[in-house]
Amino acid sequence: MSAAVEVRERVRELLAAHDPATTDRLDFLRARFDAGLAWVHFPEGLGGLGAPRSLQAAVDAELAAAGAPDNNPRANGIGLGMAAPTILRYGTPEQQARFLRPLWTGEETWCQLFSEPGAGSDLAALGTRAVPDGDTWTVDGQKVWTSGAHTARWAILIARTDPGLPKHRGITYFICDMTDPGVEVRPLRQITGEAEFNEVFLSGVRIPDAHRLGEVGEGWRVAQTTLNNERVAIGGQRTPREGGMIGIVAATWRDRPELRTHDLHQRLLRGWLQAEVVRLTGERLRQQLALGQPGPEGAAMKLAFARLAQELSGLEVELLAEDGLGYGDWTMVRPDQVDFLGRDAGYRYLRAKGNSIEGGTSEILRNIIAERVLGLPAEPRTDKDVPWKDLAR
Amino acid sequence: MSDLLYSSVEEDLRAAVRAVLTDHCPPSAVLARCETPAPYDPRLWRTLARELGAAGLQIPEEHGGAGAGLRETAVVLEELGRAAAPTPYLGSAVLATTVLLGCGAADLLAPLAAGEQSAALAVPLTADPWADFPAGVRADAAGTLSGTVTSVPDLAGAATVLVPALGQDGPALYAVESTAAGLARTPRTSLDLTRPLADLTLHGAPARRLAGPDTAPGILRRALLTGAGLLASEQLGVAEWCLATTVDHLKQRHQFGRPVGSFQAVKHRLADLWLDIAGARAAARNAADALASGDDGPETVLAVAVAQAYCGDTAVRAAEECVQLHGGIGMTWEHPAHLYLKRAKADQLALGTPGRHRAALAGLADLPAPA
Repeated sequence: MSAAVEVRERVRELLAAHDPATTDRLDFLRARFDAGLAWVHFPEGLGGLGAPRSLQAAVDAELAAAGAPDNNPRANGIGLGMAAPTILRYGTPEQQARFLRPLWTGEETWCQLFSEPGAGSDLAALGTRAVPDGDTWTVDGQKVWTSGAHTARWAILIARTDPGLPKHRGITYFICDMTDPGVEVRPLRQITGEAEFNEVFLSGVRIPDAHRLGEVGEGWRVAQTTLNNERVAIGGQRTPREGGMIGIVAATWRDRPELRTHDLHQRLLRGWLQAEVVRLTGERLRQQLALGQPGPEGAAMKLAFARLAQELSGLEVELLAEDGLGYGDWTMVRPDQVDFLGRDAGYRYLRAKGNSIEGGTSEILRNIIAERVLGLPAEPRTDKDVPWKDLAR
Repeated sequence: MSDLLYSSVEEDLRAAVRAVLTDHCPPSAVLARCETPAPYDPRLWRTLARELGAAGLQIPEEHGGAGAGLRETAVVLEELGRAAAPTPYLGSAVLATTVLLGCGAADLLAPLAAGEQSAALAVPLTADPWADFPAGVRADAAGTLSGTVTSVPDLAGAATVLVPALGQDGPALYAVESTAAGLARTPRTSLDLTRPLADLTLHGAPARRLAGPDTAPGILRRALLTGAGLLASEQLGVAEWCLATTVDHLKQRHQFGRPVGSFQAVKHRLADLWLDIAGARAAARNAADALASGDDGPETVLAVAVAQAYCGDTAVRAAEECVQLHGGIGMTWEHPAHLYLKRAKADQLALGTPGRHRAALAGLADLPAPA
């Protein structure tokens, strides 16, 4: 039996045994996980069937068509996109059995304790300490830019376990219990007025050694799995012409002829052209991926998107003239997700500033393109072989 | 959605063209030839046109061509751009050939398909698809042509000249033998040393009418649209050479005890350029694919305007970065960077400037100018 046929058979069996119309949402999701239909490329017993990943889309579509509930993936992006593949690759059988099922069903959501005030682009310089004490670790430090920390049950955490080694080698990867009394989560208010993210203060947090992921000192290598999966998650969707921010600016231009000036017209045409070319570049990347030839354009799409979003959002504020002086709402709120297109021009202008900083700054992305795509030599590194404790901070 | 990739057949064609250019058209040979009275290398053209059949790619097999299409033609242009090759490909195999295909002039297509002759379209290199039908040449009642057309590309070696002219009943397209009485060609000193321009003067030159008022404007527009869309592929090739050559240089060149290419101030400029070129590749492929479909509807016109508005500026930026990042050697005659800068800058004006194509987008994308 081919994998596709077997997967389809499993879907039929699941629906027959658990009618979505009459089954409790969580019961259905657990049954789906146990049937191996959560992520079909995962191994049997861990929510999958060891089938090709490409079969997942058909499963999702078939179940959605039958009225089945989904696991609300947008509410647990870190868990599904980053924690799960890392646990699958480096977790012990006990860890996999404990964490993956409630992660997938959304009963337990996850956050990521990586960035620190003193370790942004240079993440490997992080200073949060984990000190062993028998079969537990005691963790002290401060993490930042943590989305979902205020609702997460668990966190993936990297911390320094040996300050005497060079920075990449003294790091260990842990699963951190966010209900530990030493964990304090504070909202991090940003320039838009709201708080999408948090600061997380860790004071004497106790982590059992059983919640270590990978070997002691191997945390940087384990974290690469997490970060590579973050990059896979970005991009890959087809965008229609005038999809995204350009559509809003163009609609304003059409609807409000009284705002038009010659200078704005020239800039609008340049912006429209840029948006169309970025769209075509993304489409070309998608076609390459479909043929299994991932091109280096992937690393660059984020760079292109940030530049475009910043130009267009700045143009939109200017186009709106007096209306551009207003701002929707400065109230400190905690949004579930970024709603670029649903808010006003001032919000878009401010939020777009983050596009060239979050998930790898544009400067770091340019280094990646220059070194990995163009093969240019790296800048000389002065910190590579120096013990972390001796680095300038 | 357009196919924005290259097929294996297209990649094979690219490899064949590149091999010919590597053998016959190294930068040193282009430099040596560009100041002589014969900037075009007839041997190179023979190999490309006759042996590879590159000139007849878009000509159907029944007229002696390869019956391929404009996607393949675009791949050839990429390689010619990468070599800054001095050939009449754009003028003959793209512009003139598209006109002859539109006119159904089989007898004139055959020698082009076979690579025995080249032809030229008598319009200035700056002609764009949105301009009015040219009025510089008129046909009298006897059908002879008089008038002038300036800055015509690929005119010098053309056996046949295709002339848009106003006839007694309106716009028409004519073919004139280059040896005809009353036809004179005056070379210009052109900014782009690898694409010579010449002025055409006609004084009662005998001509054969190929198309009349019903079809001539549409045929000419289709040719200029095809030229503008495919020129984007040439510009892509120019930009790719500039980036690759600059990256190679900066890996070798040392200053301050380290490779110049290891400085972030330099690397970031190249990363940005690489990103622009990735966009140019997508836009150029999109235009070639749209033109290859044969559909001249709004989607094709828009694809051409986007590609030419974007790729014209990208090639210039790539060539300017190439000169700057080579430092002093980039300003010398000896280094070929200037050939690409001159080609890129002339190409930016060719078949509509980026500004002209952006202005066209205002109509095509419904973004009207202020009243």
